[in-house]
Amino acid sequence: MADNNLMLDIRDLTIHYETDSGVVHAVEGLNLQLGRGESLGFVGETGAGKTTTALGIMRLIPNPPGKIKSGQILFDGEDLLKKSEAEMRRIRGAKIAMIFQDPMTSLNPVMTVDKQIAEMIRLHRNVSEHEALKQAGDMLELVGIRRERMHDYPHQFSGGMKQRVVIAIALACDPELLIADEPTTALDVTIQAQVLELMKKLKQQFSASMILITHDLGIVADICDKVAIMYAGRVVEYGDKRSLYANPLHPYTIGLFRSVPDIDEDVDELPVIPGLMPDPMDLPTGCAFHPRCSMAEECCSRERPEMKELEPGHFVACPVRARMLGQA
Amino acid sequence: MNDTEKIVPELTKRKRRGPFMEVLYRLAKSPLAMFGLAIIALLVFCAIFAEVIAPYSPIKQDLMHMFETPSAEHWLGTDEFGRDILSRLIYGARVSLQVGFIAVGIALVTGGMLGAVSGYYSGWLDNSIMRVMDVLLSIPQTLLAIAIVAALGPSLMNLMIAVGISAVPTYARIVRGSVLSIRSMEFIEAARAVGSSDLRIILKHILPNSMAPIIVQSTLGVASAILNAAGLSFIGLGIQPPNPEWGAMLSGGRQYIRDYPHMTLYPGLAIMLTILALNFLGDGLRDALDPKLKR
Repeated sequence: MADNNLMLDIRDLTIHYETDSGVVHAVEGLNLQLGRGESLGFVGETGAGKTTTALGIMRLIPNPPGKIKSGQILFDGEDLLKKSEAEMRRIRGAKIAMIFQDPMTSLNPVMTVDKQIAEMIRLHRNVSEHEALKQAGDMLELVGIRRERMHDYPHQFSGGMKQRVVIAIALACDPELLIADEPTTALDVTIQAQVLELMKKLKQQFSASMILITHDLGIVADICDKVAIMYAGRVVEYGDKRSLYANPLHPYTIGLFRSVPDIDEDVDELPVIPGLMPDPMDLPTGCAFHPRCSMAEECCSRERPEMKELEPGHFVACPVRARMLGQA
Repeated sequence: MNDTEKIVPELTKRKRRGPFMEVLYRLAKSPLAMFGLAIIALLVFCAIFAEVIAPYSPIKQDLMHMFETPSAEHWLGTDEFGRDILSRLIYGARVSLQVGFIAVGIALVTGGMLGAVSGYYSGWLDNSIMRVMDVLLSIPQTLLAIAIVAALGPSLMNLMIAVGISAVPTYARIVRGSVLSIRSMEFIEAARAVGSSDLRIILKHILPNSMAPIIVQSTLGVASAILNAAGLSFIGLGIQPPNPEWGAMLSGGRQYIRDYPHMTLYPGLAIMLTILALNFLGDGLRDALDPKLKR
């Protein structure tokens, strides 16, 4: 059990939003491991619980209505859920940093960018204001923004540059874990490529681990080592990028890959997974995916599937597939 | 002349200014705001150096020269006791400015804190604070102020406290409203994600972003505080005669308005000019503090 290389170990995490109209099962018994220096792609549809998981790791679930019901989040062997708020504040930013989805709104509009980077540095390092501002300038240069622009306000930057500033803030205190919540969704494609290139480079330079939340399988292929596919609050397939991409096993993952257009093929209509995401207030019994699954059997609606290692380092939560592969 | 030559040094120069100078610099570009600032500066100057500037004593009666219209000796005329109106206005600036600014200061700090806390934390704290504010709001402001002064006894300090407290709910409501709208924005979540404490988030991220309505309300608030204090002085709960105060002068001249309108005209003009200047200044400040309207 004691694996020194394991940086993040989430066990059986359950997060609910208790609203007036019912309990939203955002994350249900999620298990996830991340090794030091690894990057994990966290893929799933809107509403699958990806952002909730990320906020759960940071302990930033808006409460009320959100509530972490059970589970453990072991970070460097310590359970984040047992930490006090003051201890969490020292961890946020310094050890676990987050990049938000929309750079247009994740910077304070009335503060110059150097001050925003310096704020992060001042909160976690014992340096003078002057020194912090100097380091802020260094960070800006690192993400490819000229130092002269450090006294500018966020609205004076373009979207891609703002995201660079956000990345500079996130990396300013040299975090061990970087959580990027759809960092390129709000950017156009050419800028996406630049920002991803930058993140890839900096991740190596800072030797940080990363969780990249996205619904773009292409981005995951580009920068991640591991992939976790999430469906209705649970990880359904988890594994090494190569084996998962070469050989997707869970019926949901197969459906996802089939709905990605192929550049060499000319199709008018992409295959889709029939049906809709289940209502998170009223999840199906057993495997949440069974009503939409083409391989579903009678047992799928009864038992909640366990994660099984079907290939080395490749876990799938589907008993039907397990049987197919295990006994074939 | 080459345009870039003019622009480049201007650009580098702009970057070197501190935030305070930057705001002043931008404020200086608005003529109306500068007009407002000049009037306020003049009033403050009068208030401080009243002894030097005022041609007569503000309380000395001169029964030979009652009800005089403006003349070379008495520039703005005299009142029912022959006191020089200009001198009374100059001394009155002391009281009126103090009342206006300090009362608004009390209201702004108390109301602002209450509003920020209740907007940020929401839940039961928000509910209990705002219900108390609703109770205060349901009592007419003047009536509330009268009750407070009556309880504390009439004096300048109590007058300011009374006027201040009676304005607290307005500020609490305004601040809470803007905090609520700012609180849900992503950069607040981002601030929390870098490890900022609640207090820091309120002071450094939320309040600076909700300045605009607060500034506008404060400048208007100074005006209504002066008027409110005048009202209290009128019924004998504020500044005691013979001390000069603009509102008291206004109400004192009221009964002679038909025959000697200058007694009410000049204090009225003084109040109006102060309020106008404050509004201009507030408008300019709001624009100067918004980085998006830079240049």
